[in-house]
Amino acid sequence: MSLPNGWEMVIGLEVHTELKTKTKLFCGCANAFGSAPNTQVCPICLGLPGSLPVMNERAVELAMAIGFALNCTIQDSTFHRKNYFYPDMPKDYQISQYDVPINAHGYLTLPDGFRVSIERAHMEEDTGKTTHLGTSGRIHGADRSLVDYNRSGVPLVEIVSGPDIRTSQQARDYVAELRAILIAIGASDGRMEEGSLRVDANVSVRKADAPFGTRCEIKNLNSLRSLQRAIEYEALRQIEVLEDGGKIRQETRHWDEDRGETSTLRVKEEAEDYRYFREPDLVDLAPDQAWRDRVKAGLPRLPAERRGLIESLLGELSDAQRDAVATIVDQGLDEYVLGVADAKGDVSLALARTANEIAANVAGRTNLSVANFVATVAMEQLGQLSATQAKTVLGELLESGGDPAAIAKAKGFEQLSSDTLSVTVGELIEANPDEWQRFKDGDDKLAQFFIGLVMKATKGQANGKAVIAELQSRR
Amino acid sequence: MKTAQQIANDVRAGESALVAVEASLAAIKARNEELNVFLYVDEDGARTAAEAVDAKVRRGEDPGLLAGVPIALKDNMCTTGIPTTCSSKILEGWKPPYNATVVDMLAAQGAISMGKTNLDEFAMGSSTENSAFGPTRNPLDPTRVPGGSSGGSAAAVAAEMTPLSLGSDTGGSIRQPAALCGLVGVKPTYGLVSRYGLIAFASSLDQIGPFASTVTDAALLLEAISGHDPMDSTSLPEPAPSLVAHVNDGVAGKRIALVRELVEGADDAVVASVNRAVEVLKDAGATIVELSIPELHLGLSAYYLIAPAEASSNLARYDGVRFGNRIDGDDVTAMMEATRTAGFGAEVKRRIMLGTYALSAGYFDAYYGQALKVRTRMIEAFAAAYQQADMIIGATTPSVAFTFGSKTNDPMAMYLNDVFTIPTNLAGEAALSVPFGTGEADLPIGVQLLGPGRSEARLFAAARVLEIADGR
Amino acid sequence: MTEPLSREDVSHVAKLARLRLTEEELVRYTEQLGKILVHAQDLNSLDLAGVAPTAHPFGLVNVVRQDEVHPSIDPAAVLAEAPDAEDGRFAVPRIVGEAP
Ligand SMILES: [Mg+2]
Ligand SMILES: [Zn+2]
Repeated sequence: MSLPNGWEMVIGLEVHTELKTKTKLFCGCANAFGSAPNTQVCPICLGLPGSLPVMNERAVELAMAIGFALNCTIQDSTFHRKNYFYPDMPKDYQISQYDVPINAHGYLTLPDGFRVSIERAHMEEDTGKTTHLGTSGRIHGADRSLVDYNRSGVPLVEIVSGPDIRTSQQARDYVAELRAILIAIGASDGRMEEGSLRVDANVSVRKADAPFGTRCEIKNLNSLRSLQRAIEYEALRQIEVLEDGGKIRQETRHWDEDRGETSTLRVKEEAEDYRYFREPDLVDLAPDQAWRDRVKAGLPRLPAERRGLIESLLGELSDAQRDAVATIVDQGLDEYVLGVADAKGDVSLALARTANEIAANVAGRTNLSVANFVATVAMEQLGQLSATQAKTVLGELLESGGDPAAIAKAKGFEQLSSDTLSVTVGELIEANPDEWQRFKDGDDKLAQFFIGLVMKATKGQANGKAVIAELQSRR
Repeated sequence: MKTAQQIANDVRAGESALVAVEASLAAIKARNEELNVFLYVDEDGARTAAEAVDAKVRRGEDPGLLAGVPIALKDNMCTTGIPTTCSSKILEGWKPPYNATVVDMLAAQGAISMGKTNLDEFAMGSSTENSAFGPTRNPLDPTRVPGGSSGGSAAAVAAEMTPLSLGSDTGGSIRQPAALCGLVGVKPTYGLVSRYGLIAFASSLDQIGPFASTVTDAALLLEAISGHDPMDSTSLPEPAPSLVAHVNDGVAGKRIALVRELVEGADDAVVASVNRAVEVLKDAGATIVELSIPELHLGLSAYYLIAPAEASSNLARYDGVRFGNRIDGDDVTAMMEATRTAGFGAEVKRRIMLGTYALSAGYFDAYYGQALKVRTRMIEAFAAAYQQADMIIGATTPSVAFTFGSKTNDPMAMYLNDVFTIPTNLAGEAALSVPFGTGEADLPIGVQLLGPGRSEARLFAAARVLEIADGR
Repeated sequence: MTEPLSREDVSHVAKLARLRLTEEELVRYTEQLGKILVHAQDLNSLDLAGVAPTAHPFGLVNVVRQDEVHPSIDPAAVLAEAPDAEDGRFAVPRIVGEAP
């Protein structure tokens, strides 16, 4: 989307990701989604008097891994208390990193090469979850609220970008790429709908090269689509206000997905007074070189590098293939394509099958070994299976595992014998003399016409390449 | 009353732990109504625990360092099954679902918890007059305060209800009541004793420590509750030090500094006691140096910004949502305000507001930030002093126990009571108070011995020299 | 010396701390807190330029625990201590305004 009259968006994103640890940040309660309310709580994450926090080592390591993946400086860091009263926060303060975060000054490169600066990626604890009783289910109009502290104390890393993003598409690409990185390094499960990845967007508009305008912060963006729509709506809203001679108030706004609009949540009249001070119950983090090196050595290949590797195997790419590569890397399905490449098979065919069949049933990958995938692709490539049959075999493998050759046999996917095929082709030539003549005269397009007829007559059991060979032999 | 050491020895030799427990219960019954020492007496729990100790002895198992020794716990340490109130209406009736680490450690060493003692609400005070459940009286003179905030725990030992008790010391809350009640009281090195389950007043200053009537008993109790606790990130990473074994090491060859700022402004009788203690230590072979540490003058101001700042945050959780008492309101903010307004006493409110102010935008650098820098200077000044001396001697309090109401109208006058004890908390170091001599109305005077972090054994040895000289 | 803090300051601080003060308390606390803050001016008598603040008495670092699950506490016991509970959760009166 382009903005009218030379306006430009200025976007900075704050992404909160829950870390994929077994336990919470400061206590041994399970960090798991979807349990019965208040079953994953203890004196620490309930903020009971006398309880004290102790740092989860794995959370620190995942935070450092995020720092490495985002090209940050990983530094000695401290924890602060951010003081404010709210019923979902058991201690009525949040333990968070303030002036000295564990990760600072990094960047993330988008697939098109655009670089977004990362100001910081700091550790903090999540709050509990509030349910508002009443007709709307939202905070307004509710007369009572219920609090579940299962999520309270779950480790978070808040990743704050610089105000470098200029379009809603870039914002979307940024979150998609960040999400892929977080999943790749095992830091996050990346589920935006469940709230394990949450995005707030700071949006302002300006005329090109003018100073930054007043920004509004949009909350409740729980899908990439919402993110993009909300930013576009908000930018246009601000432009309208400004073009009417109005002023933008700095405020927090709520994105309403159903109505497709943002609305005021809270006006920032005066700066909040959080009375930050050093958390006296925790000591500083000062990871030594050996610890840093260990975390760095444990990092897997990042999505950009993995995409580059697969793309290099394909040579010239179509846009569709580029999307397919992004899809399989996002979903961590690289091994299938790489397996086929190693076996000197058809990489582009492998990409198509992975991005379509496997991506459609990612959960089924535990049933599908790379070897069986390579074998299935080889059978298709050799003409032993038609495309349709190959897809069916893969579907079956993903669903319940097994041996591809055996499945093909059980499904009756053995190729038509060449005799049967020859007879069928002969009959069809006789029934369509004009088309046959044109083919004989050199119109190769008619091959597809005959293949279609053969497939229909054999209910898809014929192999296209074999049909062409038969037609050629009679030409 | 037998000492803790005697009781533990007798129990190990086969005497029933119930003997000491019944004696303790009888002593509590005799004077608790008059003195208001215990907020909760756990009769059943104590007898059950005593029987368990006896059973251990019968089975030939080690019943622990404190086998069968009755002990009183300041009511700011979490205990399952019985209430923990911090002497505050806001927590009245609250039963924690967990034990403080020290409570479990005591049980593991065979000690018998007799119940929970009164304190200044949330440990904020120096007289135990700030309790929501009425003041505790000094057993030595019931018209006077026992000191605070651990006044109940001090009174329990002074009234011979229990031979041992635990208090917590944030700015002198063990040493000052120990001095006023004629007991040994110790503020251990920060991190030596776990804070897990100690209801926080000021997290970077709080430390649990012992009260006892003898130096050896105090050492015994501290040894039993020291050591690393993985539940407390600020817990020192080493095992408990050996203390009892060094109580009689003496002070020969030790350099002891008499620090001018730690006697300045004290009553004549107090100054005289300190001077006499110096002579005794000198006679026992110590070298005495006189020092001035001017930074100590700033301790009071730094403390009365740092402690309230941390307290304002630590006490935010008393909001009526998850535990404790609630006063209803139209919305959640009104409920929280009503709950806190009704639930906290005047001194707690005063410190919460002071701390909130010190941390708030615009004042942080001038007050809290400045106080943290003074804290650094204080630590450096102590370190310099410990280049010249192995320990420091001074007064614990400016005067003997004062009468009820004499300082309650002027917070600043009350705060001045802690002027000699506060610096140790700011530095995170060790100090104890040992009774030495008497003053007005024959009331006890405490002499304070201070040392660097982890110097407890040294301080106990010097205290023992004074104890012997004082005829005990 | 001028008053270090005003009645408005105390009133604001009380609001931040979720405390309500009567008129009489407001006057009293303003005076008492003022006295303490006046006393605290002595902190400025030292030259503290370049002095690092101390937040912890000792410089321990990297105190961490293993990422191992420990049993949580019985929700019934937790909720039994709650002033108000419903449906396995802690109940509060209506909330005005979203979290910051
Ligand atoms: Mg945050
Ligand atoms: Zn927990």
